Amino acid sequence: MYVFLPPDCKRMNKKVAVFRRETFNAAHRLNNPDWDEATNYRVFGKCNNPHYHGHNYELEVKVTGDPAADTGFVMDLKVLSDLIKKLVVERFDHKNLNLDTQEFKNLNPTAENIAIVIYDLLRPHIDGKNSIQVRLYETPRNFVEYPA
Amino acid sequence: MRKSRTNMVYLTRIEHFNAAHKLFNPAWSREKNEEIFGKCANENWHGHNYELYVTIKGEPDPETGFLLDAKKLSKLINSFVLDKLDHLNLNEDVDFMKGVMCSTENLAVAIWNQLTKHLPATVQLHCIKLYETSRIFVEYYG
Repeated sequence: MYVFLPPDCKRMNKKVAVFRRETFNAAHRLNNPDWDEATNYRVFGKCNNPHYHGHNYELEVKVTGDPAADTGFVMDLKVLSDLIKKLVVERFDHKNLNLDTQEFKNLNPTAENIAIVIYDLLRPHIDGKNSIQVRLYETPRNFVEYPA
Repeated sequence: MRKSRTNMVYLTRIEHFNAAHKLFNPAWSREKNEEIFGKCANENWHGHNYELYVTIKGEPDPETGFLLDAKKLSKLINSFVLDKLDHLNLNEDVDFMKGVMCSTENLAVAIWNQLTKHLPATVQLHCIKLYETSRIFVEYYG
């Protein structure tokens, strides 16, 4: 019989994390409509520019679980890639997050909030036995993770 | 006789800025813009993290060993380029991109034109390399 898992996978902790990275490019601005212009500028600085600015967002989705006995996969990464493209990239790529998306009509599109929104979009479509975590890079030096 | 060797050196400073833009030719219909520029024509903009490589060339100063103090080069790039681009909308907010299509190609040429006039006479601008994404970049050599 062909063996799909290494023999020592019978040990207690055999959870493995698998990752898929995707990218999207979008415009946004940080603005709290309950505040006046001066307060918004003081808090959000140049991120408040009324004509928007933009980023190349890099998204990493981590799926953690037990490799299946029959495939050796925690999750087929092609399936994960297709899910991210359909649910996240098609929604946000080359869009203005504030103006073009339902999700940020009334939600400030900070990296933190974008990560939470992406988690909520993906979670129902991934096997409940596996945990997921979203890491979102807004720039190569600024990134967030959810859940923390 | 052997030709005397020059001390020509190339120095590159890497900077970055984040900006919104769209590719849209106002002389064309929306349909034609979408046909040519695809999702880059999105009316409400999209954006990028741009990475800018500025390369200058010349001979190092014998007293300092520097072609140009890299910190000074950084300050020049910041004053004449980044302060005018970072966290702004390339189509709407940038005086030197007015009336020009906001492609990476044109932006590289415009950055060259902005910078070259402010460099000291002892150095020459050699190359502007501009990354729009990690997989798309342009080079301009003047």
